[in-house]
Amino acid sequence: MATTISGLILAIITTDLNKVSGGGCPVFVAKDNEEMEKVSLLLSRILGGVIHDLENGVYFIFRH
Amino acid sequence: MDKYLLVIISGIVAGVLVRFLVLRSDYRHYPAYPHGYFTHIALGFIAASLGAVAIPAIAKPDYVAVTFLVLAAQQFREIRNMERETLNNLEESKLIRRGNDYIEGIARVFEARNYLVIITALATSATTQWLGIKYAFITAVIFIIIALKLMRGSYIGDIVEVVEGRIHFNGSILMVDDVIIMNVGLASTREKILQDGLGVLIKPKDDDARLTLHSPGQRMAIIHDVVAVLGTKVDMNETELAPMARKNVDTGHLGFFIVPNEPDIEMLIAVIKGVPVLETAQGTTLKSFYGRKAAD
Repeated sequence: MATTISGLILAIITTDLNKVSGGGCPVFVAKDNEEMEKVSLLLSRILGGVIHDLENGVYFIFRH
Repeated sequence: MDKYLLVIISGIVAGVLVRFLVLRSDYRHYPAYPHGYFTHIALGFIAASLGAVAIPAIAKPDYVAVTFLVLAAQQFREIRNMERETLNNLEESKLIRRGNDYIEGIARVFEARNYLVIITALATSATTQWLGIKYAFITAVIFIIIALKLMRGSYIGDIVEVVEGRIHFNGSILMVDDVIIMNVGLASTREKILQDGLGVLIKPKDDDARLTLHSPGQRMAIIHDVVAVLGTKVDMNETELAPMARKNVDTGHLGFFIVPNEPDIEMLIAVIKGVPVLETAQGTTLKSFYGRKAAD
C-alpha cells in the first residue's frame, strides 16, 4: 500500500490574514465565513484531511 | 488392529467435532468463506489424528512414534502466524481497522483451539482404550462442554456498564456527555453529527475494567465490531464522521461516538457488550498487591 504522511496541516483557510503567519502549508484567504466553509469543504475532500476550527476565524485541514 | 482402529476413530471424531463446534463465523469472527472453513476443519482433522494415535502408539508400545507426535504438534504454532499474516494483509485496505491487539487475540485463539482438539482426541482415545467406547462418549461430551463454556473468555459486557450518552457541541468541540471527542470544523458536519450520530458512555465497573478500556487496542476492537454490525458513514476522503472512543481522564469512562448506517441505540449497546475482552488489553491491577492498595 502507498505510504502517506499523517499528522500534518495540509492547508489553512482564514478570513483574517493577521491571525496566521509563517508555516509550511498554503494559506487560503476567504472573504467571509460562507466562503471559508465552502473552500474548507472542497479542500478537505480533495486533500483527504479533516477540517478543524480554531474558533477565531481560522480553519485548517489536518490529516490524522 | 481392530481395537486400535476404534480407539483412533473415536479420538478423531471427538476432535473434529470440537473443532467444528468452536469454529463460529458470525459478524466479527473470521473466517467467513467456505475455503477458510475448510482449511480449519482440515487442520482440526490433522490435530485430532495426532491426538488420537498417541495412545495406541504408547500401548503398542512404539515410543519413537510418540516422539514424532510431539514434534508434529509443534507445527501448530504456524497457525498463529498464518492467521496473523492473513488478517494483517486484509487490514491495509480497511477503513476501520481491527488493530494489532485484536488480530493477535484472534490468531492465538485459532492456535489454542487446535491444542484443545489434540487434548480432546487424546483423552477420548485413551478412554476408549482403557474403559471402552461407552465411556468415551462421556469424555467427549465433557471436553466439548469445556471447549464451549470454559474457553469462552470474557466480554466487555461483563466488566462495564453501557448507557446512552448525549451528543452535543461545546463551541467546535464534539462531546458525549462530559467526554471530549474531537474538534469539528464545519457547521454542516456538526448538524449532520447531531442529526445522525449516536453516543454512548462505557463505564468500567472496577479498576481492572478501567485499565482494559484504557488500552487503545481494546477501543479499536470495540469500534471495529460496532462498525461491522451497524455500519458507518465514513468514506475514503470523508473521515470527519469517523467513529471514536475517548476517555474521561478523571473517571476513566469512555465516550463512544459513531455515525452509523443503522441508528439503533439498543443494538449499539448490545454490540458493545458483546465485544470480547482482549487478552493483551485485559487489566489485572486488582490481582496485584500494590494495585489493591492503590485502589482503596
